[in-house]
Amino acid sequence: MSSLLRLEGVSKIYQSRNGEIQAIEDVSFSVGEGEYVSIVGPSGCGKSTLLSIIAGLYEPTSGAVYINGTEVSGMSRDIGYMLQNDNLLEWRTIRKNVLLGLEIRRLLTPETIEYADDLLKKYGLYDFKDRYPSQLSGGMRQRAALIRTLAVKPNILLLDEAFSALDYQTRLALTDDVYGILKQEKKTTIMVTHDIPECISMSDRIIVLTKRPAKVKNIHNIEYPEGSRRPLARRNHPDFGRQFNEIWRELDVHV
Amino acid sequence: MYTYKGISKERCEYIRRIKRQKTLINVARIAVFAGIAALWEILAALNVIDSFIMSSPSRIAATISGMVSNGLMHHIGVTCLETFIGFLLGTLLGTAIATLLWWNDFASGVMEPILVILNSLPKIALGPVIIIWAGAGMQAIIVVAIAISLIVTVLDMLSGFINTDAEKVRMVRSFGAGKRIIFTKVVFPSNLGTLFTLLKVNIGLSLVGVIAGEFLVSKAGLGYLIVYGGQVFQMDLVMSSVIILAVVAALMYQAVALLEKYANRLLKFSTK
Ligand SMILES: Nc1ncnc2c1ncn2[C@@H]1O[C@H](COP(=O)(O)OP(=O)(O)OP(=O)(O)O)[C@@H](O)[C@H]1O
Ligand SMILES: [Mg+2]
Repeated sequence: MSSLLRLEGVSKIYQSRNGEIQAIEDVSFSVGEGEYVSIVGPSGCGKSTLLSIIAGLYEPTSGAVYINGTEVSGMSRDIGYMLQNDNLLEWRTIRKNVLLGLEIRRLLTPETIEYADDLLKKYGLYDFKDRYPSQLSGGMRQRAALIRTLAVKPNILLLDEAFSALDYQTRLALTDDVYGILKQEKKTTIMVTHDIPECISMSDRIIVLTKRPAKVKNIHNIEYPEGSRRPLARRNHPDFGRQFNEIWRELDVHV
Repeated sequence: MYTYKGISKERCEYIRRIKRQKTLINVARIAVFAGIAALWEILAALNVIDSFIMSSPSRIAATISGMVSNGLMHHIGVTCLETFIGFLLGTLLGTAIATLLWWNDFASGVMEPILVILNSLPKIALGPVIIIWAGAGMQAIIVVAIAISLIVTVLDMLSGFINTDAEKVRMVRSFGAGKRIIFTKVVFPSNLGTLFTLLKVNIGLSLVGVIAGEFLVSKAGLGYLIVYGGQVFQMDLVMSSVIILAVVAALMYQAVALLEKYANRLLKFSTK
């Protein structure tokens, strides 16, 4: 698998009036095309910071991020970044929300609009395209946010706890949905989550981070046989519990 | 059990109850209003209150009908015009300044203490200075009206802009949006509600400014009538003017409320 994204010795130190905080220390890994990689780590360890650096929203203090071999500086057009909340704009219809990214990047053409409409159709939101976000359920809103991100055709998708605002039932159904969508669209995905079962059920690889400053503690390859790769199927597979225990132990949660 | 429109009996019952409640409230409002007027009239007739000072509804009605042929509409027009210009300019200018300050952290840092001081200063105190600066006339009155609404608008709009949902800003930034797009696509639309709240508040503030300005310099307007009535001991004229003022304020408020509905529809329509 050719590597699409590569981090080399990325560190981040936040400067503030009260001193410095080292959030990330010497993180290196690479992600292949079409891979689904999850990042887990104790809360506050620097996961969101890492995603923001990959997205080009923040600059690393040292080290660099490469996409297809070129160093990232500034917001990268190859990347779609989906934040924790759906962040739909209440005064826009679902369709207008979905087109927002294209609008900002000045990519609104009949072709791109048609692509966005196709995504809406494919993922069951076309009948709701003229509704406002407040008229949709949490799961539908999250799907709309995902389509907004996909509409700009990013090569790499970054998900920052994109499902954590949802209730458990919706979340299970939506992760299954999203997994299907992303595999079908052949997207390379990096997902940050707190939820160990969620990351085992969706990922090809899991990167476990230490507590702050975040370093790579371990990388797990997750393999499931053909036919039980969908998130819901994985949860019923005998390997699931073993993997859960391994990662749980590594996260070293003390209450 | 369904009626002909497919609405259940309970729903009909519910709607009827709400309607009845609404009618009842309206009737009660009119009754309270009429009651106060009647009480006022009776107390004046019985000489419990001095109708020379406090006037009475019948005298006010007579005064107003007399004023109509005596240029009342002109006075109302003058006050309305001054208020309208004052509150429109105050709000627009205030929003524009808030936008610039949002744009530039350094400028807003520098301006903050000045704005806070200006905000707590009673702007009317500047009246004499404004009259000399702007000239004794309508300009001065409008400037007083602007001065009184401007600073509040700057402070409230700026704090609205700054407190725009940071996650939404991050979202548009993640698509590569710069400051201008962040402002037009997220920050400003998010604060449309704040803007209209301010418009409503500013009507009242501008009216205060206009009346105070008219007390100081004018030759026409409701404030002028009030001062004039006071000077010639015509309390009927004062009370009538005050009541007309209340009606004018209420109508302006309603106009802004209508405008708000329209603007919200426009925002939704323009982003459809
Ligand atoms: N802009 C910033 N300036 C200064 N410090 C920051 C900034 N953003 C984050 N931090 C600090 O860096 C550390 C890592 O934050 P980050 O949000 O990346 O962690 P996280 O792993 O995503 O946390 P969570 O699990 O709560 O989502 C935290 O201690 C946080 O306080
Ligand atoms: Mg985070």
